[in-house]
Amino acid sequence: MKIAISSKGSRLDDDLDLRFGRAKGFIIYDLATDTFNFIDNIDNINATQGAGIQAAQTIIDNNIDALITGYCGPKAYKVLKAVDVPIYTAKLDKISNIIKQFKNNELSEQSDSI
Amino acid sequence: MKIAVASGKGGTGKTTISTILAFLLAKNGLKTALLDCDVEEPNCHIFFETKLVENKKIFSDIPKIDYTRCNFCGTCVKICQFNAMAIVKNKILIFDELCHSCGSCILNCPNKALITKPREIGSIEKTESDKIDIFQGRLRIGEYMASPLIKAVKKSLNYNQYKFVITDSPPGTSCSMISAINDADYVILVCEPTAFGFNDLKLAISVVKKLNKPFGILINKSSDNDKLIEDYATKNNFNILFKIPESIEFARAYSTGSLMRLNSLHKYFNPLIDKFLKNYV
Repeated sequence: MKIAISSKGSRLDDDLDLRFGRAKGFIIYDLATDTFNFIDNIDNINATQGAGIQAAQTIIDNNIDALITGYCGPKAYKVLKAVDVPIYTAKLDKISNIIKQFKNNELSEQSDSI
Repeated sequence: MKIAVASGKGGTGKTTISTILAFLLAKNGLKTALLDCDVEEPNCHIFFETKLVENKKIFSDIPKIDYTRCNFCGTCVKICQFNAMAIVKNKILIFDELCHSCGSCILNCPNKALITKPREIGSIEKTESDKIDIFQGRLRIGEYMASPLIKAVKKSLNYNQYKFVITDSPPGTSCSMISAINDADYVILVCEPTAFGFNDLKLAISVVKKLNKPFGILINKSSDNDKLIEDYATKNNFNILFKIPESIEFARAYSTGSLMRLNSLHKYFNPLIDKFLKNYV
C-alpha cells in the first residue's frame, strides 16, 4: 500500500505541509517495504489557480492508495473521490510520526469538503 | 473618441467621473455611450433617469468531452494552462469555473473528442436616458472571471452611432481592468492623494504605459497631500488634468444619486470638456 503525505520537505523528519494543493511536495511512502520517495510540487505552488486539482492529478498518476494532508479543498476532493482515494487529515507533526499515526489507525478520514 | 476612466485603487471616484463626463458631453449635444465595465457591481445607471431597452444573456464557450471519441490520452489536461481539467480512470473532469475559454484543449485534441458547450457568464443591460445610452455588464453571481463579459460589453454597441464612448473600468490593474481600457483612445486615471492612492496610481500608470495609451491623471478628494502626486507627475512629465476637492457635499450627492444636478461639481470638468469638444468633435 502506497500512501502520500503532503510534506514541507523530502525527509521523514520534515513536517507535514497542512496545505494540499500548494504543499512543498509529497512523501510517497510504501508501507509494504518501508521505503519512500519525494515528489516536488513546485509547479502547483506557483499556479494562479487550480493547484489542488493538479496536485490531485499527481496523486492519481502515482497510483496512491491513500492521502494524508491537513485539509483537502473541494475541487481536489472531487478529483480524488472520482477514483475513491481516501483522504486522511492530520495535525502538524513530523512525517515519521504521521506515518505511525496512520499505521495505528489514529487518523480520521475527511468525509466532505466545502 | 473612446475614453476609459480607470484607477489602480478602488473607491477613487471612477464612477463619479465617468457618469458626469458622459452627462456633460451629452448635454453639449453629443451622442454618448457609457459602458459600465465594473461588471461585479455595475451602478452607473442609478445616477440617471433610464429606461431598460434590452437585457441579453452572455455565454462563453467551454469544452465538453465526446466520450465516443476520447481515448483518455490526457493531452487536454496537460495543455490547459488554467489547471481546469483532470483525468481520472475513464473520465475527464472539467472545472467549468476555472476555464478561460482559450480553446487550447479543443484545438490540440488528437481525437477531436472535445466540443464546446455554452456557459452563462452574465448579462448586458442596455438602458437609455436622453442622449446617453448605457451598456452595463452584470457578472453572474458566483462567476469570478470578469474579462469575457467586459469584452462582450465592448462588442455590444455600434461605435459609429456615438461621438463619445466613456468606459467606467473595474478597479485594479489585472485582466479585467486591461480588458476595459484596451480599446481606449485616451485613459483618465483617477487617484486620491493618499499613500495607497499614490502606490496604486503608479501601478495603473505602468499598465497604461505598457499598452501605449495616452493618459492624464485626475486628482479626486484633493487635499493638503496633493504634492505627493503632483511632484511625481512633474518629475515624470505626466499630465494632471484637474483636481476635485474632498467635499462632504459631493459625497452626499453621490450617495443620494443626485450627481447630475450638482453644478458645483460639474464646473471642475469644464476645461476638459472644452478640450474634448475642440479637439475631437
